[in-house]
Amino acid sequence: MAGDGSPLVSIGQSPGSPPTALPAFVARPPEGFYRSLNPTTKLVISFAEAVCAFVVRGWTGPLLVLVVVAACALLARIGRSLVPFALATIPLTISILLVNTFLYPGATDRIVSIGPLAPTWSGLAAAVQATLRVVAFALSVAVLGLTTQPDQLVGDLERRGVGRRAIFVIGSTIRMVPRMAERAAEITEAQRARALDTQGGILARVRGVLPLAGPLVFGALTDVEERTMALEARGFSAPGRRTVLRAFPDGGGERLLRWILFLGTLAIIALSVAGFLEALP
Amino acid sequence: MTLRLDGATYRYAGSGTPALRDVSLELTPGEVLGIVGANEAGKSTLCLVAAGLAPATIQGRLEGAVLIDELDTRTARPSDLAQRCGILFQNPITQLSGTAPTVWEEVAFGPRNVGLTLSEVVARVEEALATLGIAELAPRDPGRLSGGQAQLVALAGVLALHPAYLLLDEPTSQLDPYGTRLVGDALAALVAGSGAGVLIVEHKTDLLDRVCSQVGLLQDGGLTRVGPAAEVLADPQLEAAGVEPPARVRLARAAAAAGSHLPVEALAG
Repeated sequence: MAGDGSPLVSIGQSPGSPPTALPAFVARPPEGFYRSLNPTTKLVISFAEAVCAFVVRGWTGPLLVLVVVAACALLARIGRSLVPFALATIPLTISILLVNTFLYPGATDRIVSIGPLAPTWSGLAAAVQATLRVVAFALSVAVLGLTTQPDQLVGDLERRGVGRRAIFVIGSTIRMVPRMAERAAEITEAQRARALDTQGGILARVRGVLPLAGPLVFGALTDVEERTMALEARGFSAPGRRTVLRAFPDGGGERLLRWILFLGTLAIIALSVAGFLEALP
Repeated sequence: MTLRLDGATYRYAGSGTPALRDVSLELTPGEVLGIVGANEAGKSTLCLVAAGLAPATIQGRLEGAVLIDELDTRTARPSDLAQRCGILFQNPITQLSGTAPTVWEEVAFGPRNVGLTLSEVVARVEEALATLGIAELAPRDPGRLSGGQAQLVALAGVLALHPAYLLLDEPTSQLDPYGTRLVGDALAALVAGSGAGVLIVEHKTDLLDRVCSQVGLLQDGGLTRVGPAAEVLADPQLEAAGVEPPARVRLARAAAAAGSHLPVEALAG
């Protein structure tokens, strides 16, 4: 048992060495087929989907990606969890629809004339395509986020030899976002307590940005020196590789899949740049 | 085997006035040395210089010598010094790595940095958490701890590197009485149970009274007095230097002023 009473999970080390027990809350073994894929495999899948959504022209790219994303979501059983991510794209997709439908350059096939406004069929088609691309991109990233803990991904990249500084930057950035949001909320409350109006209309909110941004940015900067010293005092610049806590399964099939996806994505980019994908519907 | 400052004088970059003046002291394993002094007396600078972080990570000029087990801090690698000498800063939040999702992994940050085997990392983390009595915090998010808990986690992170010397810079400065008691209890247990040499910089002299064998007084960057804790903490010079004596000393003085005798030694501990 770990110190807190949670069960210990034995993990294999190098051949011949005794198994080492990590607490279950550190080992955090993922459940289900898709979640159990190696984090880097899921990253590569998401990357390939995002690239294809934007690089493959016409309807083919975004629709194909949406089908793949839906399949992944079904495998991971996260279909419902994707709804908020799809809804989050609404402000952007509305602006895409309006701009393209009404202002598509060179389009003459009017749907209807409303005074000076003339929405076109070409514009509407381009707008729907662009909207599907944005939704496909957002959902491909969402599937990665919903099935992969940030520290699992960072840990796997570390195991693959990504430098400790790069890993630290990625890891601290991921974990810094919610902290900064909390700090911003604290500063906003403090400013309100001093009679600064940060609620209400747009002007009031804009006026509240500077008093918020100042303490937020300067507060983060003043911490940097002490954080740097604390890192040095904990051996951050030690030579050699850091100890890896968790090794994620990474079978031959997954490695092959990653290479296929990676090389396939490069090929699609090359074909698109060369204009060979123009014929796709 | 000592941590030794030999005539150490330190000037921060751009400052003509030294923050530390000709300080000589020696810390041996097992010894607990307290340092008191008013604000701006140079206490934090003393910790940074003794740990080898100044001038390695802070721009400045060091005169004299600072040796940790004969390693000169001016030429040694910070990672080599980190395994010999741990330092705990005033603010517990800034010394957490900010990358670990659990307290357990936060404590493992240092041992992993120096490339210990996984089994050694596990053993050290469990040991550090147990030493400070915070094993129940292991699965918690380090960013969601109280000040006292965060300070203990930061201390566990330092202990996990098994340093021969520990420098604690006002470890209870931002803590409420409960947090102070948590850290105080942990320090007392640590001092009793480990062979590390400990230097504690603190305003709260009651804590020093409880755990220190020797106490030094720092004034304007210079170490003006070092001696047995009971003597130094009862010295009237302390108040003149802007340091409040421990409660038992104040109590004894109040009793004396009222015409009663209260033996200070009887109140110790």
